[in-house]
Amino acid sequence: MRYSLFTLARQALSGHKGWRPAWRDAEPAEAYDIVIVGGGGHGLATAHYLSRNHGITRVAVVEKGWIGGGNAGRNTTIIRSNYGLPGNEAFYEWSMKLWEGLEQELNYNTMVSQRGIVNLYHSDAQRDAYARRGNAMILHGADAEMLDRDAVRRMAPFLDFDNARFPIMGGLLQSRAGTARHDAVVWGYARAASAHGVDIIQNCEVIGFLRDNSGAITGVETTRGPIRAGKVGLAVAGHSSRVAALADIRLPIESHALQAFVSEGLKPTIPGVITFGAGHFYVSQSDKGGLVFGGDIDGYNSYAQRGNLPVVEDVCEGGMALMPMIGRARILRSWGGIVDMTMDGSPIIDRAPVEGLYLNAGWCYGGFKATPASGWCFAHLLATGKPHETAAAFRLDRFASGYLIDEKGAGAQPNLH
Amino acid sequence: MRIPCPYCGERNSGEFVYRGDAAPMRPEGAEGLFDYVYLRENPAGPLREHWYHAQGCRNWIEVTRDTRNHVISGAILAREARR
Ligand SMILES: Cc1cc2nc3c(=O)[nH]c(=O)nc-3n(C[C@H](O)[C@H](O)[C@H](O)COP(=O)(O)OP(=O)(O)OC[C@H]3O[C@@H](n4cnc5c(N)ncnc54)[C@H](O)[C@@H]3O)c2cc1C
Ligand SMILES: [Zn+2]
Repeated sequence: MRYSLFTLARQALSGHKGWRPAWRDAEPAEAYDIVIVGGGGHGLATAHYLSRNHGITRVAVVEKGWIGGGNAGRNTTIIRSNYGLPGNEAFYEWSMKLWEGLEQELNYNTMVSQRGIVNLYHSDAQRDAYARRGNAMILHGADAEMLDRDAVRRMAPFLDFDNARFPIMGGLLQSRAGTARHDAVVWGYARAASAHGVDIIQNCEVIGFLRDNSGAITGVETTRGPIRAGKVGLAVAGHSSRVAALADIRLPIESHALQAFVSEGLKPTIPGVITFGAGHFYVSQSDKGGLVFGGDIDGYNSYAQRGNLPVVEDVCEGGMALMPMIGRARILRSWGGIVDMTMDGSPIIDRAPVEGLYLNAGWCYGGFKATPASGWCFAHLLATGKPHETAAAFRLDRFASGYLIDEKGAGAQPNLH
Repeated sequence: MRIPCPYCGERNSGEFVYRGDAAPMRPEGAEGLFDYVYLRENPAGPLREHWYHAQGCRNWIEVTRDTRNHVISGAILAREARR
């Protein structure tokens, strides 16, 4: 069923009784051309683009829980392409372009809202760094604009401009950035992939790999039995190390908990996404009115999928330093997700060092914005055997060769990005 | 989370700095340096890891903590762990 104003009106008149499930909850078949492990945004987008761009439809997405139950359904939904390094910016701008056409492409309301992001700067040095980043963005065809203090004040008069330690001097604005509805992105890709014939198999955990005599991967062992596959692609986010270990691969990744917070619903007050440049705090306002905000990862390896109190305190302190009015709002909910932190803060889309296996991992805490391009490029790699031009730098061997993509310039520290 | 420092007793984790997996040993030469710097086991389960008691006795401590639930089953001074 294609969604349109007409179908909506017809359903409204018939009491909304005629809606059908948006996608098919499939049973595992014996074999597929390609099995994608992980039913998050990245896995489902990969399946969609495999069928749409490459005509490969004997594809299964196997998910240990329910689709979108991982980070895809836990993130703070910010989409942007404001990176500084060549290996990153072309990719994230490609993702931004895909977001801009996503609803038409999927015939699904993913609520892409380009309300802008402003990264605040608090010192001359930081202004210079942001100007450099803005220039890099423009060179890659993205939009960027340096705002002075007055321009930021017009946009967000409630900020603490004269904070004694962190005065706000201006900001780097990307107007095309914004937010999207995370669950809708998962369901939209699932619906499109399913319509192409992709099997989405839930409650099916991968617990091992099938291998031939040469050691090549020929399928997956799951809690619902073996599934043979021509190729296997991993898109399991925070669980990348564990699943790769089943194929005897060690990755340059640590798993860490990242938390997010939502306040009670308030009247519209925050115009877009705002990030604090002197601490780690970022905030936007959801369509329901809740302030959605977050900050640093907890900082030590974790698979607990919930966070601890020191970061709650740290995030709230950052919020209070930036916008004291936030102190009047009550936090309704907070939660955590397990993110796959690489040693340079950038992702991996590459062949694994084992034949038949492909990696899509290391998204750190910024992989939601990457969802469309990640799916597009991973599908390209799986289908053609060659990296997509915008993702060619996301190689696994860059850590050994020294071609790191280290936006922060912080070195081999997984817990800083 | 509270960390049982062998020298100071149980303290709030906020007093400590995290350094991660305690297993990798710096190799003598270039051989193995890549593994040491970049690769991790990253287990879901007990992990031996380094914490530095920055706001206490300033000892490096090797803590064994379950990454699934943060239950700590042991902590010794790192210099004793290395013997
Ligand atoms: C609190 C928080 C806030 C964030 N905010 C942002 C943001 O504002 N902007 C942004 O760009 N990014 C953000 N991120 C990061 C983003 O959410 C992730 O990088 C991205 O969702 C990861 O890709 P995914 O959607 O495919 O992952 P997931 O949704 O985690 O998908 C992986 C799936 O694999 C499944 N799986 C794992 N192991 C197995 C197995 N053995 N067998 C079968 N299935 C398995 C999991 O159950 C899971 O469903 C945030 C993350 C968190 C946690
Ligand atoms: Zn101590």
